[in-house]
Amino acid sequence: MSILPLGAGDLTLAAGLVLLVAALSWRLRLGIAQAMLVAALRTTAQLLLIGLVLRALFAHASLGWVAAMALVMLLAAGHEVRARQRRRLAGAWGFGVGTASMFVSSFAVTVLALTALVGVEPWYEPRYAIPLLGMLLGNTMTGVALGLDRLTQSAWEQREVVEQRLVLGATRAEAIADARRESIRGGMIPIVNAMAAAGLVSLPGMMTGQILAGSPPVTAVQYQILIMFLIAGGTGLGTIAAVGLAARRLFDERHRLRLDRLAPVSARGR
Amino acid sequence: MDLVVEPGECVAIAGPSGAGKTLFLRAIADLDVHDGQVWLDGTERASVPGPLWRRRVGLLPAESRWWRDTVGEHFAASDPEGLARLGFGPEVLDWPVVRLSSGERQRLALLRLLANRADALLLDEPTANLDAESAARVEALLADYRKGRDAALLWVSHDAAQGRRVARRRYRMDAGRLLAADA
Repeated sequence: MSILPLGAGDLTLAAGLVLLVAALSWRLRLGIAQAMLVAALRTTAQLLLIGLVLRALFAHASLGWVAAMALVMLLAAGHEVRARQRRRLAGAWGFGVGTASMFVSSFAVTVLALTALVGVEPWYEPRYAIPLLGMLLGNTMTGVALGLDRLTQSAWEQREVVEQRLVLGATRAEAIADARRESIRGGMIPIVNAMAAAGLVSLPGMMTGQILAGSPPVTAVQYQILIMFLIAGGTGLGTIAAVGLAARRLFDERHRLRLDRLAPVSARGR
Repeated sequence: MDLVVEPGECVAIAGPSGAGKTLFLRAIADLDVHDGQVWLDGTERASVPGPLWRRRVGLLPAESRWWRDTVGEHFAASDPEGLARLGFGPEVLDWPVVRLSSGERQRLALLRLLANRADALLLDEPTANLDAESAARVEALLADYRKGRDAALLWVSHDAAQGRRVARRRYRMDAGRLLAADA
């Protein structure tokens, strides 16, 4: 059994739904019609493009090409983490902290899964490596972005509490401990919630896709459980690393709070 | 500008808002980046780790901040004598911070700072929210601390009469400059 291919007509019909909502948005003056159409066009173009890229990649399964693809995905995730923060670290740190943390956690977990758990030959086989890395990066990105946003925002809002603790002789780690703990928790809550709701409220996308493609449900479920655990590991490690690095960067070697190391808030911050 | 405070001495600084008094105290406590040099008993600021320096050079900010729910969680050990001198019973340690008045906060913040046994104190308007009687208690407590520990005090106050009561040497700060008070 294999998946029924979709024709151009099916996609056109589905696109009609988007147009309907866009028309309604325009009529109701929601101010989101244009953004929605642009996003729909982007999703079409980006996914068609990645379809072609993946086809080419699967045909030439060399480590170099897989690594290049992984690098592009990592940089895109790093850019997205940076864009999602209201008060980001200034300069290269704003991009580097999140990107480095995602690199360490997502790549380590993906390589572990490919070599030790899935056991595919060769281990960088793109049919496995790219989707796995994509799911890990996507979720780790959410955790890292939430954690960093929360940390910098807390440091900004609670600067007087942090400095009060410094004044009483606290080290930089003690002074920021509460905010750091809350930020890491904030970054990990989505995956904890996703694991708690999986199967009851939501059928995770990867499992749904495998079942649609004809896999036996039990095999699909086993893969989904594996993925959930990998995501939990990657997100947890990535968020802890990113928030830890950023919390350190907010202070200097004299244990002074250095909010001047945060970039000015941009009007485009989400 | 240059300022030396002897052990056991209290120096008062007055001056208009925005003159830089608070920034001056923050710089001495090593909270902001600056080029100045600060020495304590022959030890330069940079030769001591930041947290240790701030334990020895204690800053009392004009507005105290609290990060736990009850007063007692901010104190390592209870000090019934100090509490009593500022008009509190030992039960104050169980009070929720949110229910404290601004005057109570100010007095408790001072006790919290004194518990560090600093060699130098930087006091930013330590009695601004207090009535006359409480202010007198704070002045007496700080005088005893200064004499008992031979501590150096730098006392910022808008109140000229208080400046004359607590300090023999007095300065005015204006636009970042330190001038002798009678000049």
